[in-house]
Amino acid sequence: MISPIAPKDSDRVSKPHWRGRASTPIPALPPSRGKGFVVAILLSLLASPAFAEPAAAPDQPLSNPAQEARAQALFKDVRCVVCQHESIADSPAGIAGDMRRLVREEIASGATDAAVRADLVRRWGDYILFRPPVEAATWLLWFGPLAIVLGVGGVLLAMGLRRRTATVPLSPDEEIRLAALLQRDDIRPDADASSSHD
Amino acid sequence: MIVELGAFALILALALAGLQTAMAAVGRLRNSPVLAGAAQGAALASAAAVALAFAALIFAFVTSDFSVANVAANSHTDKPMLYKVAGAWGSHEGSLVLWCLVMTGFGGALARASGLPFGLKTSAVGVQGALSSLFLAFAVFTSNPFARLDPAPFQGASLNPLLQDPALAFHPPLLYAGYVGFSVTFSLAVAALIEGRAMSPLWPAWGRWVRPWALASWVLLTIGITLGSFWAYYELGWGGWWFWDPVENASFMPWLAGAALLHSAVVTERRGALAGWTVFLALLAFTFSMLGAFLVRSGVLTSVHAFAVDPERGMMLLAILGVTAGAAFALFAWRAPTLRGGGLFAPVSREGALVLNNLFLTAAAATVLLGTLYPLILEAATGSTISVGPPYFALTFTPLMVIAFLILPAGPLLAWKRGDLTGAMQRLAVAAGLSLLAALAGWLAFEPKKAMAAAGIAVGAWLILGALAEVVERVRLFRAPLAEVGRRTRALPLGAWGMTLAHAGLGLFVLGAVVETGFKVEAAAPLGIGGEVRAGAYNVRLDRVHIVEGPNYLAEQGVLTVTPHGGGASKTVTAERRFFPAGGQTTTEVGLDFRGLDDVYVVMGERRATAQAAQAWTVRVYWNPWARLIFLGPFVMALGGVLSLLDRRLRVGVAGRRKSKPLPLEGGEVGEGVEA
Repeated sequence: MISPIAPKDSDRVSKPHWRGRASTPIPALPPSRGKGFVVAILLSLLASPAFAEPAAAPDQPLSNPAQEARAQALFKDVRCVVCQHESIADSPAGIAGDMRRLVREEIASGATDAAVRADLVRRWGDYILFRPPVEAATWLLWFGPLAIVLGVGGVLLAMGLRRRTATVPLSPDEEIRLAALLQRDDIRPDADASSSHD
Repeated sequence: MIVELGAFALILALALAGLQTAMAAVGRLRNSPVLAGAAQGAALASAAAVALAFAALIFAFVTSDFSVANVAANSHTDKPMLYKVAGAWGSHEGSLVLWCLVMTGFGGALARASGLPFGLKTSAVGVQGALSSLFLAFAVFTSNPFARLDPAPFQGASLNPLLQDPALAFHPPLLYAGYVGFSVTFSLAVAALIEGRAMSPLWPAWGRWVRPWALASWVLLTIGITLGSFWAYYELGWGGWWFWDPVENASFMPWLAGAALLHSAVVTERRGALAGWTVFLALLAFTFSMLGAFLVRSGVLTSVHAFAVDPERGMMLLAILGVTAGAAFALFAWRAPTLRGGGLFAPVSREGALVLNNLFLTAAAATVLLGTLYPLILEAATGSTISVGPPYFALTFTPLMVIAFLILPAGPLLAWKRGDLTGAMQRLAVAAGLSLLAALAGWLAFEPKKAMAAAGIAVGAWLILGALAEVVERVRLFRAPLAEVGRRTRALPLGAWGMTLAHAGLGLFVLGAVVETGFKVEAAAPLGIGGEVRAGAYNVRLDRVHIVEGPNYLAEQGVLTVTPHGGGASKTVTAERRFFPAGGQTTTEVGLDFRGLDDVYVVMGERRATAQAAQAWTVRVYWNPWARLIFLGPFVMALGGVLSLLDRRLRVGVAGRRKSKPLPLEGGEVGEGVEA
């Protein structure tokens, strides 16, 4: 039912694949020839398969739009194994095309999203999914952000509460000084000013 | 000869930076203005020497001197002049010289800054000198950009053609200026910690001294990141603009820390509060910058940006990071108890809102840090490998930001010390209502219907309208006579406009990101000449294909016509596949049809023969609605930062006009203490 793509070690460690584009070394040109000759060579390279990258077969979308939409959503979560940080949705690399076909075939044969993910992980390991599993080893990763917000927020709240108890009402003497101050026109707050913005 | 002069200038710069540190340290200890002045002179001379070295490097690139190893590895005689110059910072060695240039340049500016007290300034100049010394030593001893080759090769290996692009020629210098600009806030923070208790009456002034540096760095970083993102968008050829790639994250962390620092420094400046926290963020921003440099250059990450990957140099950078950040944070831990700022405030107040801003921004930075480093740490600890990509950040980073965005418009409407939340809510009621309407309009206008995208539109609209509501409130629009409104509008300080623009720009970005992500349409088809493919509301027809000979490449250029379905003018775009013989690489040049806020984005694929032996090209078309806002928004934010920077109150040495006389009364009533 599924055309197996054997996971190879070389895929994982992989030669760097610049956003999916492989560089194709070309033979050095003899420097003595004329420019026309060079252009002719280059033109032949343009037309040759060496110019084309290891081509992905053109994608065949699934005929069922709902299934195709599921496949498209899954593509974004699956890492292209020869690329540097790209999903198979984005990568023009040949193997990404093969992996898209694999995912489509599994969905067409009735597999759930979870089953497709599980199958991908079985073949390539957790590395293949851009969304790491939630397990003991990744709790810090997944819940760290929330813990920071709650932890720091809690500390701030506690400090605020402590500070509130630290404030004391004005003494009668201070009240008198305050009343005297408030009588002074030059420092009375501008009744028109909505807030002290600046 | 000029190259040797450059090498000598770099060594001289190192010696001068060392001298700067030593003279500043002794000058501070002995309270000697002569020595302190000499240290400032050394800082300027060091900057001049690095500038000379950098000029020599550019000269080597411009003249294609392939006897210099760095030029031979990164340049080519056929390259256009812009990319010959840009090649100077296209390699590890060259970019390190640029890094040192920015660092000593900012150091020179710091040495020239007026208004800082003797102790703080001398300490800061010393710390900046120490930072410069470390990085210059790294350049001189491990990454000499002027190393010669013998025999010199006939031709260079050329710069990676993907990097031969105007946006990318300017992306690294801006990014570096931003990264390294935070070295000054770092130095000022360390200097403040060294000064210790003497700082306690000076914290508001310190906040004012730190803010321009933080603002300038943040603005440069914003533009640098946006240029890089725009480059990825149109150069890499599939319409993505942010990949949560580890190296993108490395530039995003200092940006987030810098944004938090800007806001926190306001509180320190106006109210003398949060001094310790502001110092912490000032240290953190540059630590993230150095971490980014380490991640990009050490090869610990697999990323498209990782260049000149060299574990040994990586270890050196890690050592520099460990020594500087370690020393600074140890000093911080030691001095933290003395950093008691004044300025009590209620939870519902401008300060409280800014504390929340800081809480979410730093939590967001920590999330990015976790997501970037966790795979490395996990692999080192357990050997198991995971990938952390966009789905992780969508579930962690995005919710944090959404909460922060929902709170944001209320902040500027709250008074210092104690704010009126109900009043702020009432003043935002119109903005909130209009945002919900915007969500409804988005729901109706875009297909397919997506509730999350409609909610995202509401958030973007809320940011923009909330920012406008604050201006409306301040100038009393609709409530006061027009003359009064005009007077108030003119009286608004530039800083206020800057804040409004920055927040509105953020809203523009959110709108663009939400709509582009939610509703972009992609189509691909093998097209012969005259063939058509449809993407969303547009038809794209391949008219002809011809060969174009560029300065250092050969291209297959497709000429395509983009026609909207609902009527409207057709436009012709060209898309290319370029072949660079020097490196044997191919790149794509996408065809972009700018349609209002939308992009129609066309990519030429490779040629293939069809069944009928006719020729066809795989043409991919993306309709990216509102993509313009994704890049416009951050530029508006940066513009806001520039306006704030121009505000005279922020200039170093200019005391606040009305703050010169400390008043016991400010804002609301007095005597009720602080309430929860």
